Amino acid sequence: MKTLLIGEYRDGKLLESTYELLGFADQLGAESALLLVGSDSQLPAYPGTIYLADAATCGEYNPDLHKQLILDAVQQENPDYIVFLHSSYGWDLAPRVAASLKAAQISEIIAAADGSFEVGCCNAKMRRSVKPNTATTVLTVQAGAFPVLQPGGSPTVKKLTGTGSGALEFIGYEPADKKDVDLGKAEIIVTAGRGIGKKDNVPVILALAKALGGELGASRPVVDAGWVEHSHQVGTTGQTVSPKLYVACGVSGAIQHLAGMKKSDFILAINKDKDAPIGEVADVLVVADVMQFVPALTAKLAR
Amino acid sequence: MKLLVCIKQVPDLESRFKPNTEGVWYNETDLAFRMNEYDEYAVEQAVQLREKLGDGTELTVLSIGPDRVVEAIKKSLAMGCDNAVHVQDSAASSKDPWQISSIISAYVKDKGFDIIFTGMQSQDRGSAQVGVTVAEQLGMACTTTIIGFEYDNGTVTAKRELEGGIKAAVKLKTPALVTCQLGLNTPRYPTLPNIMKAKKKEITAIAVGDLLKEAALATTTSFHPPAKKGGGIVLEGDVGELVDKVIALLKDKTAVLR
Repeated sequence: MKTLLIGEYRDGKLLESTYELLGFADQLGAESALLLVGSDSQLPAYPGTIYLADAATCGEYNPDLHKQLILDAVQQENPDYIVFLHSSYGWDLAPRVAASLKAAQISEIIAAADGSFEVGCCNAKMRRSVKPNTATTVLTVQAGAFPVLQPGGSPTVKKLTGTGSGALEFIGYEPADKKDVDLGKAEIIVTAGRGIGKKDNVPVILALAKALGGELGASRPVVDAGWVEHSHQVGTTGQTVSPKLYVACGVSGAIQHLAGMKKSDFILAINKDKDAPIGEVADVLVVADVMQFVPALTAKLAR
Repeated sequence: MKLLVCIKQVPDLESRFKPNTEGVWYNETDLAFRMNEYDEYAVEQAVQLREKLGDGTELTVLSIGPDRVVEAIKKSLAMGCDNAVHVQDSAASSKDPWQISSIISAYVKDKGFDIIFTGMQSQDRGSAQVGVTVAEQLGMACTTTIIGFEYDNGTVTAKRELEGGIKAAVKLKTPALVTCQLGLNTPRYPTLPNIMKAKKKEITAIAVGDLLKEAALATTTSFHPPAKKGGGIVLEGDVGELVDKVIALLKDKTAVLR
């Protein structure tokens, strides 16, 4: 079994998440080759073949050209699986490669066994087992689902070349908004989720944060709705936190949120849905209406 | 100009899901359906562009599925789409992303759409494949996960959301397809007059068999709940008692409460 792993660079640096692809290939028991659109000077230690294209000429986000580079390597390598991380780079590029090869694509894999792949669905509440019907299959793996594997060794480098910007022009990166709250340093975080119902209820969650001496966090829907500033957002597109106590109030527990807080020492979740995925990481799940439970807890703590 | 927005109807995600008889997807009994949340942002962006461009621009909404999806189509019409296409398919949930994309592409081909909007993914299946695959099948420019959109004279300028709050700005020449991320805009609630007006808008029905010529590339073999990891304590009951239990647990298990 052979895999072609597609690594990822941002602003000239190899992303750590690339090593999760190596962890995935290892669990599959598959041989691997790595494809990078990066630079000679930033090559990782690796015991096999690295297909290397130069990011200076090929760009970091240039999907039409990156697709061609991958197809070129696929022709040389003839892999069973072409593997991406399920990231803004991977989910954008993988379907383009799959469509060109008319290969099955299975997205956001969390486990693999016997040629079948396990993926989450219904907002991570349920799972599906999926089997490809094609000889070559494109996979994207969920961030954090497989262990980081950093091998030793010097790679055999095979150069890939290509030019052209395709149908899309990359203008540039914009840095993340300046954080007025550094949740990374907070010992206690009390997070408001969509389950609080409306913006008027944010002060109720803030009051619990104050009673505990902690900071206010927020889930993505709450930030998108404009109830709380983005600087408070916890998750993949916000801040990654690991406080001593994390209180999730009405947070359902989307994968992107869990990825940002599951390393907290102690997680207390309040949710009226007993099956909400936040229950998978919570040390204590209180099945209750957030707007009844939280004020009662705050009042008792204040006494 | 011709604009298209593709939407999906999904169940309320707070529902409890049970496998269907085949054991490969959820049983629809007792589920309430609504428009996929990502698609609401796609519809809103399409409607905003339609309003900006004014007369001479036509915005079509397309959905694939059984008769229930007409509810989501009507909502899009009430939000401001001009007309609709319902691809009738009572077995849409058993099709893989390649087949769904192929159905859309078969409809779109030769129609001359300048911009196609889709959600970034569906809330139930979540493959994040269909939009990009449609663009690829049709040879359209495409970008994904957008949280900013501007259009001027044949060029789309979009802002993509990357990890850690970083964004990337890109330009695409039309014809182009964009997949919309949550937070792109503020989807409007249809007003009563617009709901009434929408009743007069045309919904064209097309049988899925007229569009789909492709076999599935992947097969779902099982739909099931995650294995329970256990360990966590689940507390239920009277709020007053729950508060006392939680305070006792926090004092016992964490160093933050004394």
